[in-house]
Amino acid sequence: MKWLAYGAACAVSLAGASALAQKSAADAIADYRASLQDGNPADLNAARGAALWNKARGPKNASLQGCDLGKGPGVVAGAAASLPRYFADADAVMDVESRLVHCMVTLQGFKREELTAKPYSSDGQKATEIEDLVAFLYDESRGMPIAVPTGHPKEQQAYQRGKQIFFFRAGPYDFSCASCHSADGQRIRLQDLPNLTKTAPAQAAFAAWPAYRVSQGAVRTMQWRLYDCFRQQRMPELKYLSPASVDLIAFLGVNANGGKMAAPSIKR
Amino acid sequence: MKTNNTLILLGAAAIVAGCATMSAGPDVTEVIKASFQERGIAKLDRLEQTPLQKACSQADAAGKPLDAATASRLEQAALAAVKPPADGTYLGDWKEGEKIAQSGRGLQFNDTAQTVAGGNCYACHQLSKAEISFGNIGPSLYQYGKQRGVANPADPASAEIVKYTWGKLWNSHAYRACSPMPRFGDAGILTEVQLKHVMALLLDPQSPVNTP
Amino acid sequence: MADPMRIRAQAQGDKTTVRVLMAHEMESGQRKDSAGKVIPGWYITEVTAQHNGKTVLSAQWGGAVSKNPYLQFSFKGGKAGDKITVTWVDNRGESRSDEAVIA
Repeated sequence: MKWLAYGAACAVSLAGASALAQKSAADAIADYRASLQDGNPADLNAARGAALWNKARGPKNASLQGCDLGKGPGVVAGAAASLPRYFADADAVMDVESRLVHCMVTLQGFKREELTAKPYSSDGQKATEIEDLVAFLYDESRGMPIAVPTGHPKEQQAYQRGKQIFFFRAGPYDFSCASCHSADGQRIRLQDLPNLTKTAPAQAAFAAWPAYRVSQGAVRTMQWRLYDCFRQQRMPELKYLSPASVDLIAFLGVNANGGKMAAPSIKR
Repeated sequence: MKTNNTLILLGAAAIVAGCATMSAGPDVTEVIKASFQERGIAKLDRLEQTPLQKACSQADAAGKPLDAATASRLEQAALAAVKPPADGTYLGDWKEGEKIAQSGRGLQFNDTAQTVAGGNCYACHQLSKAEISFGNIGPSLYQYGKQRGVANPADPASAEIVKYTWGKLWNSHAYRACSPMPRFGDAGILTEVQLKHVMALLLDPQSPVNTP
Repeated sequence: MADPMRIRAQAQGDKTTVRVLMAHEMESGQRKDSAGKVIPGWYITEVTAQHNGKTVLSAQWGGAVSKNPYLQFSFKGGKAGDKITVTWVDNRGESRSDEAVIA
């Protein structure tokens, strides 16, 4: 059907041919994404993550079941949908990944440097433990409303700084996050760019990370998403769990409040 | 290439109404500096904002365009710094220009100093009709030269548009302060030779940009 | 030890639809590493599915199937409570079997 339409477009002269060809390409991409929705390999990561969560490991031979993700020790359901938030025991605002690492250090006795040295799997490698655990934690918030708190002064500060970081233009390209993500209907090539300053697109984007990237054959976390955005912005390397990353996630999360978590999702 | 200016606190303009009473917490520039590490060709000096980057960031965060006086000052400074080609020839080979327009490589921390940078024009612009994978952050440049009546780029009648196009590629802020387009010449992203090839892609009557 | 599969099986009328997600690298044998050396192929070669011990599907696969393969098929017969077993074998001789109950 689509190819018929494309053929017809070729018969017409240049006027709208390119736009039509592009539309059929965009439709084909939409079809491709729809066909991926079932059988998300992130389920495999989440299953491994659940096993890791419950297993006694590390120098202290403890499981992560006592980890407080903000809803009390051991409560996993819905926790990821309410992060980042302020934690008194660390006197800091933490996102899912920061809090996970905090628990692995405090409860299990792992070394922070070792956990953060290589959080992301490389091409063709097995998922890292962090990727599996993160997939599990978000899976436990699937369908839950996004509710990132702003009641604590440090949560407000994180949001405000996150907003400034979002608009921070620097580097040889003069790019900021906002260069791509602050207007409606924009695309890089054929890739739609959500306007993250608006509620609905911010909700859709926040709800979808982490995601299994088919092109990479791996689950990519929210920290990775920011890391790779900054790489393309031509910035230096974003440190894992850095304060700027947590601030940005807080900014995005608050903008997305009221949405419904749908992670881990699946993307091209 | 880089102006090293000391970082100052972002002004109160960036603080949203209603939060004026909250304590400030760590300063955002300090947080940014602490959050990145150099890797390969991407050093930490990339986080030091030029006055233009800073002014544009503040305007973007406030959701208001720059005031006219500041915009005009930035545009004039950008225009004054445009370097015309040393030999006076503005156009190279459109076929090479097409390759440059397609390539998004260069200047990332996983690139090297030897990586040949592209212009990645198709990421944001439509150019030739054949390439349907184009973005829309910038305007369509299909028929760019033809629409502007450039029948012969070497003709003095075309000089004005040729110079404007070079300036726009060299430093987009020369004609629109806070444009989202990178400064391909001014920031040293593309070489003079590469810029000439991109010029040819845009202005050569034989280029697929200007043929039907 | 290979990771478990996720198997979901649902009966509707006399048709049972089975969805299987397998954890496997599925290295095609066509790719080269950064040094230009061919990465040896490592992929599932056989898949079989059984309904209460009777084979309802057998497939021969190769390096063209994607990483973490997703397989959906349906067969006639089968009702809620019946057992579905899926087994794969790869070209290294590793295999994995997992079970699910039809919902």
